[in-house]
Amino acid sequence: MSELRKTPLHEFNVANEARMVDFAGWSMPVQYQSIIEEHKATRFSASLFDVSHMGEASIEGPEAAAFLDSVLTNDASSMEIGQAMYSLMCYEHGGVVDDLLVYRIAEEEFLLCLNASNTDKDVAWLSGNQGSFDVDISDVSDSFSLLALQGPETMKILKNLTTMNLEDLGYYRFQGSDVAGVSCLVCRTGYTGELGVEVFVAPNDAESLARSILAAGEPYGVKLAGLGARDSLRLEAGYALYGHEISETISPVQAKLMWAVKLKKEANFIGKKAIRDEKEAGPKRRIVFFKTGGRPIVRAGTPVLASNRDVGTVVSGAFSPILNEAIGSAIVESIHEDARLSVDMRGSDLLLIPTKPPFVELNP
Amino acid sequence: MNLPEDRKYTKDHEWLKVLGNDEALLGITDFAQQSLGDITYVEIPIDGDSFEAGASFGVVESVKAASDLYMPVDAEIVEGNQNLEDAPEVVNQSPFDDGWIAKVKLTDPSQLETLMDAASYAEIAKE
Repeated sequence: MSELRKTPLHEFNVANEARMVDFAGWSMPVQYQSIIEEHKATRFSASLFDVSHMGEASIEGPEAAAFLDSVLTNDASSMEIGQAMYSLMCYEHGGVVDDLLVYRIAEEEFLLCLNASNTDKDVAWLSGNQGSFDVDISDVSDSFSLLALQGPETMKILKNLTTMNLEDLGYYRFQGSDVAGVSCLVCRTGYTGELGVEVFVAPNDAESLARSILAAGEPYGVKLAGLGARDSLRLEAGYALYGHEISETISPVQAKLMWAVKLKKEANFIGKKAIRDEKEAGPKRRIVFFKTGGRPIVRAGTPVLASNRDVGTVVSGAFSPILNEAIGSAIVESIHEDARLSVDMRGSDLLLIPTKPPFVELNP
Repeated sequence: MNLPEDRKYTKDHEWLKVLGNDEALLGITDFAQQSLGDITYVEIPIDGDSFEAGASFGVVESVKAASDLYMPVDAEIVEGNQNLEDAPEVVNQSPFDDGWIAKVKLTDPSQLETLMDAASYAEIAKE
């Protein structure tokens, strides 16, 4: 096995007593002190995440927008400069290559933010589908670190560090700016459902920026948070995670992500026909979210039962520190979606309570 | 490492403190709670149930994983720590005291000889 990659904050994370784990080939902080406390800090004050493992690709050229419209499900050419957008990238059969954020930097320049585990695959997929589009595709992951500051106190903390007009920064908008003397791209995006920003920064500046944010955030109770809290926060928010609610075999129709699929856009994007056909026929299985009413966590991979028959599989399971109960999601045969669903929990039948996400009130 | 001298330890990272009258308290060690991370659920054993040494008598579940609890010696449950039902995090906060999991009646106190003292356990709980 090759050596794990380290983010520019590695020494900083270790010095802050992070528990490091192997995640998608990276050594990443899963928690600093307590996943539950980090989760609550994000909901009630603010927390800072090192998500520098995320990949970035640059798409630049006269036909950049047209190219993206041919490979992405969402509508890139309609984006304004300074706007961010969630999209899926699909296979011809409708399965998902990856989900990603698109940032329109300039008329002919876009930045994609990709899942770490998929970055190599994504860049190869984009290049393999370039065809005759006049566009340069490059993996620029090594040029960026990514810090996420998330939580209701985010703007109060940032105000101490930048002269940029934060009130004017709308949801899913971004601006190049100077924060704590560091040049960066401040984006009002996130993966927690809370008010927050994600900040792209040069790797050499990442630690200095993180220290400045922590110092400015101290009066507001900011905490460092790891991937453990990031996962329970995104599940509470009902956000999909690649490899769980979406994958090569779980399509946007099944994942109920059709809001990010523009079937009406002109471009004949990869997967359009398969997705339209599946939508019209009705998907054979769907993602459902559930509460449990209790503390035991239903883990991913657990079979879902209806009338003693195996009708699906749990794809995500976590403890919600806000609801104080276990929550999760499962892929279930559509004809059983409204049936009484349960799982076997160490020998006893545990009822799953279907719940429309988000599980908590979000204020992004 | 915080390891009270007044009790016995197992390779499964549990402790047992003899109270007299052949009764004992059982819990998991500080090393165990740290390894598990935030504990979100403890399946508390039912009073009166009997277990042989090595049998699973409950479950401790953290955000990361569920782990079986193994009975260190033959014993019968006198009572489970009911406080853990709503506050399992007490096992993280106080693994050797308030976070005890069960009080048991020892079937054969001579079996205590098979368990480790603090010094021996410290050797296997080194990271």
